[in-house]
Amino acid sequence: MAKQLPLNAMHVAAGARFGAFAGYDMPITYPLGVMKEHLHTRAEAGLFDISHMSHIEITGPESPDLVSRACPYHAAQQQQGTGRYTYMLNQQGGMIDDLIVSRLGPERFLVVANGACADKDLAHLVALAGHFNVKVQHIPRVFLALQGPKSAMVLSRLISASGGLTFMEVMELDDGTFLSRSGYTGEDGFEIGLSPEKAEDIAKALLQDPHVEWIGLGARDSLRIEAGLPLYGQDMDEKTDPILAGLLWAIPKELRVGGVYIGAAALAEIAARSVSHKHVGLKPDGKAPVRGGALLFAGEKPDAPQIGTVTSGGFGPSCGHPVAMGQVIQSAALAGNQIYADVRGRRLACTIHKLPFVPRNYYRGD
Amino acid sequence: MASTFYTEDHEWVRVDGNEAVVGITNHAQEQLGDLVFVELPEAGRKVARGEAMIVVESVKAASDVYAPVDGEILAVNDALEGSPGLVNEAAEGDGWLVRMKLDDATQLETLLDEAAYAALVG
Repeated sequence: MAKQLPLNAMHVAAGARFGAFAGYDMPITYPLGVMKEHLHTRAEAGLFDISHMSHIEITGPESPDLVSRACPYHAAQQQQGTGRYTYMLNQQGGMIDDLIVSRLGPERFLVVANGACADKDLAHLVALAGHFNVKVQHIPRVFLALQGPKSAMVLSRLISASGGLTFMEVMELDDGTFLSRSGYTGEDGFEIGLSPEKAEDIAKALLQDPHVEWIGLGARDSLRIEAGLPLYGQDMDEKTDPILAGLLWAIPKELRVGGVYIGAAALAEIAARSVSHKHVGLKPDGKAPVRGGALLFAGEKPDAPQIGTVTSGGFGPSCGHPVAMGQVIQSAALAGNQIYADVRGRRLACTIHKLPFVPRNYYRGD
Repeated sequence: MASTFYTEDHEWVRVDGNEAVVGITNHAQEQLGDLVFVELPEAGRKVARGEAMIVVESVKAASDVYAPVDGEILAVNDALEGSPGLVNEAAEGDGWLVRMKLDDATQLETLLDEAAYAALVG
């Protein structure tokens, strides 16, 4: 049976419609509806309950070593008070999960993991912890995201220190609240990790602001696709390496040819081969959405060769047209190139499109 | 005189003689959310009861609309091509989907009347 979010009663009271995701009953939409929720987030401030995501803290003198073993970056060099997009690889170079790892102190890191991967991530890190002088523990938290151009103004009234953060900077408040200037919409915004006891008051205070509305997972998905952000389980999984997923940028150059992290040898080998497929944006030329799982072809005729797969897709309310992402063979992966998606037996023309579909409005300082 | 029937799959069927206009119910459009695309059949297509004949797509998902009875598509609501949101605004009016000819009017007897449908969606 699906677990309920700590703030479930608030979502019920707000009129949410629920669906199962990552083992939780998650709010998919509120009475505003996906379209308006999406547009509200781009224009004002949207509040998301993303407590299905898991917080795992790694502490101890060898915590940088464990992180550098689990994730392909130099954790020892990571600045305190910053978060970093990274992932954990398996021995084959496939992705176990993608993560944000924040450095909270010289010997403290916080891993924010996808809800659907929470158990396996924790098990993976706990197994690694046996080799290092560290402690790995799950931190139960309510995790809220406040996203959109009004987020900074709204949050500064509640947490005055929040305005001091720029994109991918993090801080902890005296009461243990974790605050990060980050998100999954392409907009400026914050992610706020709260103790379950305090969360309801904070959520209520945020919702009192006329700029703030609850936003469900439906709009979270259309917002992240427009922003060109991948979703684990859809755009990549344990069989996808970060090169194929278009996520190699997250690994420092010198670590792409080898390192101490798990999967380094496999990744170096993959990198040395010529890359077969590339992750691209796709703009369907017509009005019909092209969704994850659709096959991509070089031509309109039935005998045209298959050249890729759509990994994520739907309608982009801010774009006003369907948006999708997928993997296509390298030779076809040129912006402006026309290919075809099979949707219910029809070949729909799509143009390879640069990602993101909408500009990312992250706050990087004045 | 026209009379309206409903299906358990949330279609409404407004019958006039041996023709019927078909759409999805207001309850269905509420469940689907904002529609962004409606894939309509070609006029002249023969459909069998229970056959997927229309696809309605919201921001987040695609859903089939089934033929409520056997028949032939006579016309489709062209306005939906430019304004799929008409289904959300007036699911049981201007947001109709297709007009069809009925092969066998006795099939209507197995559909729900308004009271039975209202009870179904509670």
